[in-house]
Amino acid sequence: MKLYYNNTKKGAKVSKEEKKELIMKTALNLFADQGFYNTTIADIAKAMDMSVGNVYNYFPSKESLAKELLIYSSKRFGDEIRKINEMDIHSKEKIKKIVELYFNISINEPELVDYFMRVYLSNKEIFANGCEGMLCVSAFVTEIMIFFEEGVRRKELKNQDFFAAFGLFMGYIGGLAFLNKEGILSKNLIDYVKPVSENIYNALKA
Amino acid sequence: MPSKLKVIWIDAVTCYGCTHSFLNYKEISSLFEKIDFRYHPIFYSEKFEVQSCDLLIVEGALKLNFPRMGYVLNDLVSKLFFKADKVLALGTCAVYGGIFGEGLMFNKENKGHYYRCKNKIINLPGCPPHPDWIAYVLDMISENKKILLDEFNRPKDIFAYTSHMGCTRNEYFEWKIDAENFGTKEGCLFYNQGCQGPYTHSSCNKVLWNEVSSKPRVGTPCFGCTEANFPKDNLFNTDTFMGIPANIPLGVSKRAYLTLSGIAKSLNNERLAGKLIECKENNEN
Repeated sequence: MKLYYNNTKKGAKVSKEEKKELIMKTALNLFADQGFYNTTIADIAKAMDMSVGNVYNYFPSKESLAKELLIYSSKRFGDEIRKINEMDIHSKEKIKKIVELYFNISINEPELVDYFMRVYLSNKEIFANGCEGMLCVSAFVTEIMIFFEEGVRRKELKNQDFFAAFGLFMGYIGGLAFLNKEGILSKNLIDYVKPVSENIYNALKA
Repeated sequence: MPSKLKVIWIDAVTCYGCTHSFLNYKEISSLFEKIDFRYHPIFYSEKFEVQSCDLLIVEGALKLNFPRMGYVLNDLVSKLFFKADKVLALGTCAVYGGIFGEGLMFNKENKGHYYRCKNKIINLPGCPPHPDWIAYVLDMISENKKILLDEFNRPKDIFAYTSHMGCTRNEYFEWKIDAENFGTKEGCLFYNQGCQGPYTHSSCNKVLWNEVSSKPRVGTPCFGCTEANFPKDNLFNTDTFMGIPANIPLGVSKRAYLTLSGIAKSLNNERLAGKLIECKENNEN
């Protein structure tokens, strides 16, 4: 089993917030790896070297943990895309940077992408109460909206239906990340940044 | 009894809509007890002569070489302007230029010819301004009361509001539910139908027209007629960039607005999705 985030030195002081984050990172790996239903609080506690009761001190249920993870993942992507949005560069360059960001996270933190695809998109019932609509993913979706809106406002992208453009962009790069995970791609995922970015730009440009 | 307010109401390049609006003021006779119209193009008044007055009202836009009463319009306005204690630019044409020309203090969104004399100008935009707004300004001046003005010299009591405030469609706005067709009772007109209420300064949904209604209340979008860029093209369509409104409500950042509106829209408020009269409420939480 891979190393989870219980690598703090024995006896070292860890704040409650830090501990909570460690539990989330451990759970993120386990959920992405084994799926939501196959992972128990006991599994998370064991990986953390904690008691089950103590995990419940941080999260009242497995569902609440799953929701916080969704907010966390969305914010991770959203914060990074916001940095790109705030750069004074052409939309073509922004597209390349967003693709690069997504592929790099897929390679270096695959649990983030896996969690989104294998847990959130595949088990919407877990998120039906408290994460309805965009409640837990707004940090990410808002930045994508701003990227598109500013691209059109600057006359760099074509004015069209938001979801037609969103689906083309995110469906495409999500699909590539999936193919990479399945070991189907003939090259390294990162080698696809240039052609994929160009294809997206050509499809979206004004 | 204090002397009446001496008013000269001059018609620049105008459709006379502001005069028409003023005639709809329900207590107009009480105003006539306080105001002496030394000149008005339509009301009974004495023969026009250039003279000093307490208040000059300019209805309509300025325009080069436009003849008016034996004068060149801009010269006539200039003569009267400097003889008046205060000047009311009445209607969007007099304030910003509107359809016909240039305003006194503004030329659309730029500074106008009389900007440097702004200390004596009160701006009352609107196409037309509401009769109660006109009466408010006349009443306050005749009573020698101070009118609080904003940075565009508009009375704050009227223009601190947006026409969105008090709109009966606000519940639809909250949940981002569009009016799919023109003239329907349900739905918000901001997303597709061109409504400019959330960023238009006016009290149209607070001080109602004919005491009963407003454009959005009857299913017509707010056209933003009190703003400098009025009239925009395509009044019945919302300008969007990739489906996102090009102009957002005042007072929030685009990021904050998109976060809030994206969440609200995705929550699909079922109660407001169809016709209210056919709605069966389900209050299960």
